[in-house]
Amino acid sequence: MAKVFIYPATSLILTDMVTRFGHTPLSSAVAIRERIQTAGLESVPLQITPEEPKKGLRWAAVEVPSGVRGRMSLYGPMIGESEAAIIINDADLAFGCMGCARTNELIKFLLRQKEMPILDLTYPQNEAEGLVFVAAIKRFLSELGVKP
Amino acid sequence: MTDYQPENVGTVTKYVVIESFSVTPADLAVRAYEVSSGVMIKETCFGLVIMGTEDEVNRIITEVRKVDPDHIFVKDRGFPPGDPRRCRANLGGARPGFHGIEQEMTILPYISNALKILGTRDPGTVPAQKNARKKPKLDISTLKKMIDAQEP
Repeated sequence: MAKVFIYPATSLILTDMVTRFGHTPLSSAVAIRERIQTAGLESVPLQITPEEPKKGLRWAAVEVPSGVRGRMSLYGPMIGESEAAIIINDADLAFGCMGCARTNELIKFLLRQKEMPILDLTYPQNEAEGLVFVAAIKRFLSELGVKP
Repeated sequence: MTDYQPENVGTVTKYVVIESFSVTPADLAVRAYEVSSGVMIKETCFGLVIMGTEDEVNRIITEVRKVDPDHIFVKDRGFPPGDPRRCRANLGGARPGFHGIEQEMTILPYISNALKILGTRDPGTVPAQKNARKKPKLDISTLKKMIDAQEP
C-alpha cells in the first residue's frame, strides 16, 4: 500500500479512487485533522498558529510570504512521505488567492523534483474522457503495488 | 491567545457522497444506522458525514458502499460534524469546502460510468490521456464572447 499525494489536495474523486484501488491518499483533510486534534494555542478556524510559518521555512525561503510558508507546513511533510502522486492540471477546484496559487506552484514543483511516479491528468468533460481518466488512475495505482 | 483543548481526539470523520438515481442519502443513513455502533452519523443533502474510531468508520463505509458501489464516493474530513468553526449554522452561507464537492459532483456521473465499465474491462485496453500538462489556450470564440460581454 503506497502513500499517494493527491492534487488538488481536497479532491473527493482522487481521495476515493486512491482508497478504492487499495492505497493511502495524502490529502489536506488529514493534515488539518492532526492540528484540530492537537492541544496547543487556540487559533481559529484551522488551528494554524504562528509556529506554522516557521516550520514552513523548511520548504520556502524566509522572504516568501508567511501565507505560503504556513500552507507548506501542512503540505510539506506529506510531500516528504509520499511515494507517488496524482496531479490534476488546470483544476478549477484548486482556484484560490495568491497564497494558494503560489503554494500550488511550489507543491507541484516539489512533487516533480522528487523521483517518484507521477500521473498527470485533467478533469474529464464527458463519458469517454471519464473512462480514460479512471482507467489511467487504475492502471497507475495497480503498477504501484498491492491491490485489495 | 488562549489554550486550546481538542475534542473527539483519536476519531476520524469521513464524507460519504452519493450520486445515484436509485439511492438517496436517507437510504444510506438507514443502512449506516443498521450496521453502526458508537459512531456519529449525520445525513446531509449529498450523503452522510460519519465520525468515530477509524476501524469502525471504515467498517461502516465498507458496508454502505455495497448498496451502490459505483455511485458512492468517500472523502476524509478534518473537522467533526457540526463543528462551530465550519458548520454553516454558525457561519451562514455554504460550508467552506462544499463548493469543491459541488464542483466535483458534476463529474461524478462520468466517473461512475467508467467504474461500471472497468468492472468488466481491462484498463490496459483504454488509451492514455494525452497532453495533460499542456496549458489550454483561450479559443477565439470564447474571447469573442468575453469581448461582447463587456459593458459599453
